[in-house]
Amino acid sequence: MERVPTAPLKKRNLPATKELPSGSSFLQKVRRDKYLLLLVLPCMLYYLIFKYLPLFGIVISFQNYNQFKGILSSEWVGLKYFRMFVESPDFYKILRNTFLLGFYKLFFGFPVPILLALLINEMRKELLKRFVQTVSYLPHFISNVVVAGMVVMFLSPTGGVVNQVLKLIGLQPVNFMMEPGFFRPIYVISEIWQHAGWGTIIYLAALTSIDPGLYEAAKIDGANRWKQTLHVTIPGISSAIVVLLLLDIGRVLEIGFEKVYLLYTPVTYETADIISTYVYRVGLVQGNYSYATAIDLFTGVISFLFVVSANYISRRVSDNSLW
Amino acid sequence: MRKLNYFALVHALLMLFVVLVTLYPFYYMLVISLSGQAFVLRGDVFLWPKGFNLGMYEYVVKDGRIFTGYKNTLIFVTLGTAISLLLTSMGAYALSKKTMVLSKTFMILIVITIFFQGGMIPTFLVVKQLGLVNTIWSMVLPGAVATWNLIIMRTFFANIPKELEESGKLDGLSDIGIFAQIVIPLSKPVFATIGLFYSVQIWNNYMGPLIYLRDAGLFPLQVMLREIVLAGQLTGSEGAVSDDYIMAIDSLKYATVMMSTIPILLIYPFLQKYFVKGALIGSIKG
Repeated sequence: MERVPTAPLKKRNLPATKELPSGSSFLQKVRRDKYLLLLVLPCMLYYLIFKYLPLFGIVISFQNYNQFKGILSSEWVGLKYFRMFVESPDFYKILRNTFLLGFYKLFFGFPVPILLALLINEMRKELLKRFVQTVSYLPHFISNVVVAGMVVMFLSPTGGVVNQVLKLIGLQPVNFMMEPGFFRPIYVISEIWQHAGWGTIIYLAALTSIDPGLYEAAKIDGANRWKQTLHVTIPGISSAIVVLLLLDIGRVLEIGFEKVYLLYTPVTYETADIISTYVYRVGLVQGNYSYATAIDLFTGVISFLFVVSANYISRRVSDNSLW
Repeated sequence: MRKLNYFALVHALLMLFVVLVTLYPFYYMLVISLSGQAFVLRGDVFLWPKGFNLGMYEYVVKDGRIFTGYKNTLIFVTLGTAISLLLTSMGAYALSKKTMVLSKTFMILIVITIFFQGGMIPTFLVVKQLGLVNTIWSMVLPGAVATWNLIIMRTFFANIPKELEESGKLDGLSDIGIFAQIVIPLSKPVFATIGLFYSVQIWNNYMGPLIYLRDAGLFPLQVMLREIVLAGQLTGSEGAVSDDYIMAIDSLKYATVMMSTIPILLIYPFLQKYFVKGALIGSIKG
């Protein structure tokens, strides 16, 4: 670039740019780091505009926000929308749905990558092992639209492969997507199918760091493969398990919007409607910006308390914690 | 010895099960979409196409929507990944210099956004106020920097040996010059990994276009797919349609899904190692 002409100048400045006296002023430091600051500027502008402005935008949940008046001159209504939400018949339903969906996903989904990693780790043929790994990571990169499409088509009452099988063994076809009772299992199973393989990566990395000498010692003590797994392998990855479990517990209420939105129908709202889909409908479909923001904030606070208390409890009980 | 063999057998079967459960759905869709209607209707297509024909694919091609989707998605992915990589890498490099003035403040400001977010509606309102709704920019700017990716890159840059950068300084390079001429060439793997993460995220994004785009001419592949594959089916009961007709539509949907997924299935095995690398850098730090 313009390296040649500026080079001698820079060289002369070098000692000054390297070590400023400790009492040097803020402005001097800014001058010293001006190019670095220039590099970080676009990034910080991004955070300001797309992260901090929305954060301040939360005030509209205490207003009767009117698009034409804007945030500054919309009237203040205090906690009106929070009260409205708590008193709404949907309040209990969407909190319960969000919590249960997250809980089932954690309860059934969390152990699968561990088991899968243990199984993959037992594979002795390197090439086959790599093949199984590559295959099992694949669904993680398939879009939610495609996965939801596959689920809906395979379960379709007219010609879906699952109902064809049901018919073959003499059962009545089931319209799975229209039955509220099936929503949670369908969601959880599809999540496991999509992400369990990818979830093995961290465990597999932890498994490779186990000292092979431990296995040798166990073998000498007469431990078979099962005993080795129980007494060497699992203790070897237990700290990874605990940390990931904590992270996942903290994220129980953070359920991806897309998959639920793509799989639910008004008939299954009863079990499928969660916070984010409800906020989407109230806010963006019905245009109730203030109400939707209040719901989001209210549940965000609950979710935050959840993370903090999960962390607190685990620190008291097991001295494992995230912070 | 006997016990060990049982174990090996069960183990092999389980691994086979994992592979089948993952791959068979794609294979099944492929086989159905390539089969003649008569065979599909009788429900005896499972393992290989019967009455091979490309009729469904001709139909999808003639429909054309999928190509509009592809075009838009490719534009979003290219532009978005470029912007994201630029913003993230520049920011991450500067923030990897712990001596930089304000670097700690900036990091704290960034980490706060992991825990506290404005949420869907306030973000939408900001994007709307900026006049980005229904433009290509609403697809590439609101998610331009992912904090996680920024942290991964920052870790990577922080581990580059200081001597290499010092030599640049002696050559009279500014910090920007060092970044562009010394650090970037050394960081190709991390650029590849993070670039792929951003690309996949933009390629698969459905919520963004759902919220920000109104004009069908701008819809990316995922939205087109949802319209073709899910919309008809979920609203259900379109009056008196025959089973045959519905089945034909199903084959059409399989063909659509395959057309949008085959490119990914083909390039994925070659890119997989970069993804794994990224996941591991991230997890060690986290």
